[in-house]
Parts: sequence; structure tokens; C-alpha cells
Amino acid sequence: MIDTPLLSLLVWLPIAGGIALLAMDAMGNRACRQTALVVALATFLLSLLLYTGFDLETAAMQFQEKHSWIAAFDVNYHLGVDGISMPLIILTTFTTVLVVLAGWQVIQNRTAQYMASFLIMEGLMNGVFAALDGVLFYVFWEAMLVPMFLIIGIWGGPNRVYATIKFFLYTFLGSVFMLVALIYMYLKSGSFSILDFHMLPLNMTEQVLIFFAFLMAFAVKVPMWPVHTWLPDAHVEAPTGGSVVLAAIMLKIGGYGFLRFSLPITPDASGALDWLIILMSLVAVVYIGFVALVQQDMKKLIAYSSIAHMGFVTLGIFLVFTLMDNNGSLQGASMGMEGGIVQMISHGFISGALFLCVGVLYDRMHSRQISDYGGVVNTMPVFAAFMVFFAMANAGLPGTSAFVGEFMVILASFKANFWFAFLAATTLILGAAYSLWMVKRVVFGEIANDNVKQLEDINAREFVILGSLVVVVLLFGLYPAPLVEVMHASVGQLLEHVSVSKLPMETGLALMNSVQP
Amino acid sequence: MTIPLTDFAPLVTEMFVLTMACTILVVEAFFGQQFRQLSYVLSQLTLLFAAVISWNMLDMDSVVVLGGTFVHDPMAALLKTAIFLVVFGAFIYARSYQASKGPLRGEYYVLGLFAVLGMMVMISAHSLLTIYLGLELLSLSLYAMVAFDRNSSAASEAAMKYFVLGALASGMLLYGMSMLYGATGSLDIAEIANAIAAMEGRSMILIFALCFIVVGLSFKFGAVPFHMWIPDVYHGAPTAVTLFIGSAPKIAAFAMAMRLLAESMGSLMLDWQGMLAILAVLSLALGNVVAIAQTNLKRMLAYSTISHVGFLVLGILAGTAEGYSASMFYAITYALMAIGGFGMIILLSRKGYEADRLDDLKGLNERSPWFAFMMLILMLSMAGVPPTVGFYAKLSVLQAVIHVDMLWLALVAVFFSVIGAFYYIRVIKLMYFDKPESEQPLVINTDLQIAMSVNGLAVLLLGLFPGGLLALCLNVFS
Repeated sequence: MIDTPLLSLLVWLPIAGGIALLAMDAMGNRACRQTALVVALATFLLSLLLYTGFDLETAAMQFQEKHSWIAAFDVNYHLGVDGISMPLIILTTFTTVLVVLAGWQVIQNRTAQYMASFLIMEGLMNGVFAALDGVLFYVFWEAMLVPMFLIIGIWGGPNRVYATIKFFLYTFLGSVFMLVALIYMYLKSGSFSILDFHMLPLNMTEQVLIFFAFLMAFAVKVPMWPVHTWLPDAHVEAPTGGSVVLAAIMLKIGGYGFLRFSLPITPDASGALDWLIILMSLVAVVYIGFVALVQQDMKKLIAYSSIAHMGFVTLGIFLVFTLMDNNGSLQGASMGMEGGIVQMISHGFISGALFLCVGVLYDRMHSRQISDYGGVVNTMPVFAAFMVFFAMANAGLPGTSAFVGEFMVILASFKANFWFAFLAATTLILGAAYSLWMVKRVVFGEIANDNVKQLEDINAREFVILGSLVVVVLLFGLYPAPLVEVMHASVGQLLEHVSVSKLPMETGLALMNSVQP
Repeated sequence: MTIPLTDFAPLVTEMFVLTMACTILVVEAFFGQQFRQLSYVLSQLTLLFAAVISWNMLDMDSVVVLGGTFVHDPMAALLKTAIFLVVFGAFIYARSYQASKGPLRGEYYVLGLFAVLGMMVMISAHSLLTIYLGLELLSLSLYAMVAFDRNSSAASEAAMKYFVLGALASGMLLYGMSMLYGATGSLDIAEIANAIAAMEGRSMILIFALCFIVVGLSFKFGAVPFHMWIPDVYHGAPTAVTLFIGSAPKIAAFAMAMRLLAESMGSLMLDWQGMLAILAVLSLALGNVVAIAQTNLKRMLAYSTISHVGFLVLGILAGTAEGYSASMFYAITYALMAIGGFGMIILLSRKGYEADRLDDLKGLNERSPWFAFMMLILMLSMAGVPPTVGFYAKLSVLQAVIHVDMLWLALVAVFFSVIGAFYYIRVIKLMYFDKPESEQPLVINTDLQIAMSVNGLAVLLLGLFPGGLLALCLNVFS
């Protein structure tokens, strides 16, 4: 389509920038920070070209690049994006800019390595979203763990070693089984191309096994109840930037995996086992919502709230089967899936913003305990406004982007089953309860202690970070059309693909039906 | 029997190495005191030159010479080239090793070259006797090398253990070979293969022969339950020797397994497949689990070797060209990682102090970010995390195993590699998250710095572009 290898640039520019940063370690923190910001901004601006050059009409992969990489295994360096992955790449590049800014003053210890880790991780995450080859995807997926492992371990809190090793091993355990599934499909299809995997006929046993292999990888990443326990630890110990990237992007990679792998590769197994995912999602929404309510630590609270919100995403994605059975049309089904994707993007902004808010407080007070705060509004009025806004957004306030996604998913679940909707809707109450109660205890009331009294309000840098997030949250809340339009064609095509069984006999029947008038 | 002169053409590398080893021995005896680096330089030139020769022999047709005792084929050429390069790297590290008694004496290099010669003979063996000959030449050199530091009781103990157990294993192997000879009436690998293929059913004596040969092989590999010598020998030997034992001989052991199992007893594949499966699973399990409990880096790497051998054996037991080439790729890349891992110990050591405890790695990122990064790459590669070459080694082995419908073995392997990942990332944790124990600046020779950097970057670059080496390994078996 376009001759410049845009996606390769998005992957390799930040990685090259990161390596350059490591080399210029000696030049001082200031130079490193500035270089990091320039690279992050350049990558973000480049990623906007994806949006402007995107063809809304087609569901095919765009901006494709394909080169032979490992000829012996027929592995290709194959990149491409569709309406599902493109917004996630822009989310990644946007978040990285904020993360670089957020670490501007706090990170004085080994600044170059810190910034380099985030830039390299940005490139790898872009690679995960853009990869269309199984091995390439797996390489990016695993490699991404390493910078995160270092970020939590080097710049994290007191219990960081435990948290980061848990994070690494949990994710590693999940993903090796995915590797086995990928190899299995390669041997069946003779190619590692993800698009070939989509077309690969598989019988039910194979599908179920592959489905579970993927589930292990993606459920850990999302994370879904009951494999979510690494997330609160990782979030609490990670530095602010690490938490932001974890919440805003890494969790989305799990959701993206379901859309790119589980549904299209194993549609029949996904249909047969959708009850399991829906059950796990609803448990996450309700049970984790209650768990969030009792947290004493702000970061932990937001971490649990993330799990609950990601439950919404998986719920929306896996509702499609019930919807297709109930309505027989793909139109209604697309609402749940699109809602899930909108929720992913929106949660990226909002949870990132909340972690940044906690970071702002933590930088000043070095405490995340809710009980150490109180009456922050008196000393930090501007900050308080931001924090209240993001807490409202987290609770799904109409007008914010969270509302759009949650509303679409709840509406879709109503069409599917009343009880799904009933349970899912509890998030509106629970989400409001834990978000607003936290805000009430932290922001409002009398000034709790002398430390709070001495707080200074946010500076221009922090204002820019939080302000830009307010803009996008409001923008997609009031006018979600650009986001939904982008994914419409891809979601439609995915649903069509999913609705056709891969089982040998039934495929024949479906074909016959389509031939008959 | 007269041997035509052309028969010696495929042996040119062997003859060259032998001549040079003898020359260096003499040179060392006469000029060793005046020119301390002379034998080192000569050995390195020998290895480089030999690598060039054998690389150029890669395209030569397979040929069996010397009355069917010696074979030259692409596999031999590739494996020999790999061994020369690995040993070249090992010698660079070894030169800087002066932890206990100052610089190594010239005998180290001579013994090393004789060990290399032994490995070459093993690789090119086409008869049971040649295999045994090469194996003994290798083993005897290694026994002597382990005992190099004669004032160290640990090294003497390790050498004694290695010698006694090694002799026992050689005996087993020889006993198995004798039964194989009895059953087939030949020592020639091709004739043995024909004789076995022509047999009706399976004779008891063949299965016995197979068992003994597998036992002997597993000892040389260090596969569980014949692994007992590995931790003690690795730990007790001077690090420069551990580095040597832990790297190139694995490549030679792979060649020996190929010649004995795949080429001569290929028709008995169903029998040895089951035996190797047990060995592989046990090695993966024990190696990975016990490594967690180690506090000494050399011991940890020893157990890690055992687990890697498990993977290597998995590829062989697949019994397909794909599996053999995967195993070969694994052996070569593992040797590359192993010299790097042990080389790091030499890099951190200083005169009179051997930095072989895990705690010595603490805070390496603060002392030297670059070498911490190199070690990070090596550890990730051993754990099989992309984009390092260790990932492709595991990938190709898994692929071969799944291809022959042994999915359960692949699942066991990945499960244990997750357990294994723990102790590798613990090393990363020590380097990056902990405070250094000693503030002493690292004193590192320039050539050691270059070797370590090239080694680490090679592991990374082969991980980014593994296609070339993978294709080479595949072509050898097609």
C-alpha cells in the first residue's frame, strides 16, 4: 500500500532509540530523558499515520510487510494491522510518551536504562500487535517480558523481587503451552502464518486442546480470575510507569490474543466453551469488584479494578456465540465484541491515568496507603479535579469513554441472557463504590495530617500528562464513532469467520446452505 | 592392506591438528619459559586454520576411507568446524584464567588440542573401534586437564571421580560394542546397520548390546541417572577446564550418538526411542529442579547442562532428519552458551579469587552494565526466551518431537523449562536488583572483553537471524 515500512519503523525505531540510550548512559540524565521523549514522540506521530492512512472499508490486513526470515521453518517477517490491532498500537505509542514524561523527575537512578527499557518494550509491544506470523508473534510476546521484568525489579517497591519473578514465571508458564499449540498448527498447516492458521481445519479434540493452550497464555495475561494473582503484586511493586504500561497495554495483549487467535482458530471450541469464559469473566466482575472494595492500598485497588474491567472485555468478546444463537444475526453479536474492544482502549486510558494519579501522590508522600491521605483537595485542588474525573470515568460515568464500552457490553449481555446482564451491571454499582469511596477518603474531607498539608499541587508537566488523558477520555466518550468505525469492518469479518464451523462435516453443510437460494 | 594415498585427503584436518599438537608440545618444552604466550598463540592459529579447512570441506561428498574406519560427510565437517570455533573461544577465556595459580601453563593447550583431536576422531568414526579410540583420547586428555591444579584437593577428587566413573562407562560401552560385534560380525557401522536390518525379529543379544551402549552414551552426555559425575567434576575442576568440558565434548557426544544409534542401529529405533525418552524426561526433571537449590554458579550450570542434555536427547529420539538436525543445532548453540556462562566466572575472578558463587554476580549491573547485559542474554538464551538462539534450539527440538506424535514429551519439556526459567532469572535478579558485594573494580583483559562481547552478541544475533545455521544443520541430514 505505502512503500515506507511504517510498521517496521514503529517496531524498530523505539528499539533502536532504546539501544542508543543505553550507549549514551554517560551523557547524563537530562540528555537521556530528552532523547527518550523525542523518540517516543516521533513514534507516536508515526503511529498516527496508521490512522490517517487506514482504509475503513476493508477487513483485510493493511500496511503489510512480508519478508522471509527463517526459511528452514517457513517463518516470515510478516507484519500487518487490521481494525482491531491498529487502535492498540496507537494506544501503545501514546502511553509510552506519557510514561516517559511521568518518569521525568522521579527516576534519578539509572535513568538511561529506565527510559531504554520502556522504549524497547514499546517496540516489542507494537510488534506483538502487528505480527502476522506465529513465531514472530511469540518472539515479541516473550521478549516483551524481559524489559518489564527489569523495570519492576530495578525500580520497583520493597517487595519487587518477589513480584517480578512471579510476574515472569506466571506469564512464561502460560505462554509455553501456546508455543506447543503454534508448533502443532505449523505441522498441520505447513506454515506459521496466523492467517493460514485461521483457515486451518481442525477437529473438535484438536480445537479444544489448542483453545486451552491459548487460554492459559491469554488468561494469565488479561488476567482472568483465577490466574490473576500476579497482577496486584506486580502493580503494587512496579514504578508508576511500569504500572501504567502493565494496565494500559500489557493486559490488552491478552484480550487481543483472544480476538486474533482463540476465536478465529478454534471457533467451535470457543463456541462450546464460551460458558467457561463467561463464567470466569462474571466472577472477575463481581467477586474482584468486592475485593477491590476492601483494599487499603490505592494501587492494589486500581489493580483489582483493572481485573474487573478486563472481565468486561472477555465477557463482551465471548458473548458473541450466545448472541448469534439467539438472534441468528451477526449484527447484534458485533455489539458485544466492539464493546469489548472499546472497553480495552478506554480502560487503557483510564487505568493508566489512575496509576499516574497515584504516582503523583506517591512522588510527594511516598505512601500508597489510603489511610495516609485525606483532604488532598485543600492543598492540591487542580490535581483533585483530575483524580475525581478519572475515578468517575473508572466508574463508567456517561460522557467518558468507559461508559461507551460498558454500555455496549451490558446491552449485548441483555440480549444474550438476563442474568449475564444482571451480574455484569453490578459493576456499575461496585465500580462506583470502590472508585468514589477511594476518592472520598483520599481527596475530600479535612486535611488528615501534616504531610498532606505540605503537598504542592501538580506542575505543568503533570498537568500536560493528565490533561491529555482527560481530552482523549472525553473525546471517545462523547464521540466514539472514529474508534468504532475503524474496527467495524474487521469485527464484522471476524464474526463471519467465527460463525462458520471448522468441523469437517458441518463445514460441508454450511457451504451447502450458502449455495442454496 | 595397502592404503591408497588419496585416502588421506579427508583426514587433512586431523593430520594437521595432530602435527601441530605434537609441535606445540615440543615448542612448549623448549621455549615455554622464555615465550609464555607462544603455545597459546600457536594453538589458536591451529584451531583457526583447522576451522577454515573443515569449513571448506563442507561441500565434499561423503566418503569412507581407511578400510571403512573413517568417514567424511557434511555432518562431520560442520561439527568439526563448530568444535574448532568453540574451543577457540574457550582458549581465549582460559588464557585469562589465573584465579588460583596465575596463568595457565602451556600443557593446557596441548591437552586441549589432543582432546580436540579425540573429538574429531569420534565425529568421523565409521567403525566401533574408531569411536572408542576417539572417545578414549578425549577422555584421557580431560582427566588430565581436570587434575591440572594438582595442589587443589577438590580438583584431585574431581579428577579421580571422573576417571573412575569414566572408565566404568567406557567399559560399559566397550562391552556393548563387543556384543554388537558378536551379533553382527562386524565393526563397520554400515555393515552393522545392514546386518541388523537383515535380521528376522530381534535377538536378545542385540538388545543387551543396545542397553550397554546407551548407558555408555548417557554417561558421556551426562544424562540422568548417569549424571553423578557432572556436578562434582564441573565444580572441582579449574574453571578454564570446566569451560572446556562443558562445551565442545557435548558436540562430540552428539556425533557419537548419531553414529552409534542412528547410523548403526537405526533399525532398532523403536527400542532406543523408549530408553532415550526415559533419560530425557529424567534429565529435564532432575536438572531443572536441582539447579534451583544451588548456590554455586558452576554447580548450577552443571545441573543446567543436565537439563539441556535432556532437550538434546529429545531431538535424537525423534529419529527423523528433522530431529537430528534440531539436536545438532541444540548441541552447537548450547556449547556457545556454555562457554559464555563459564567465561563469565573467569571474567569476574581475579588473582587468588575464584568468583564461582552466585553471590559474586550480585550487582553486576552497577559494576559493569555491558557485561551484565551479556550475561542477561546468555541466561535468557539458556532459559529459551526469544529473541536469543536458545529459543530456536528449543523450538526446533519441540517441533521435531511433536512431528513424530510425541506431544506428551513436548509438554513435559516445556513444563520443566518453565521451572528451569526460575534459576536463570534468579541470576538476572542477582545482577540487576541486588547491591554488589564487593566494590572492587573489574580488571578484565582486552581479549577477554572482546570474547565475552562477541559471545553474547553471537547468541543474540543468532537469535535474530537463526535461519542460516538452521538451514546448515538441516542440509547436513538431507
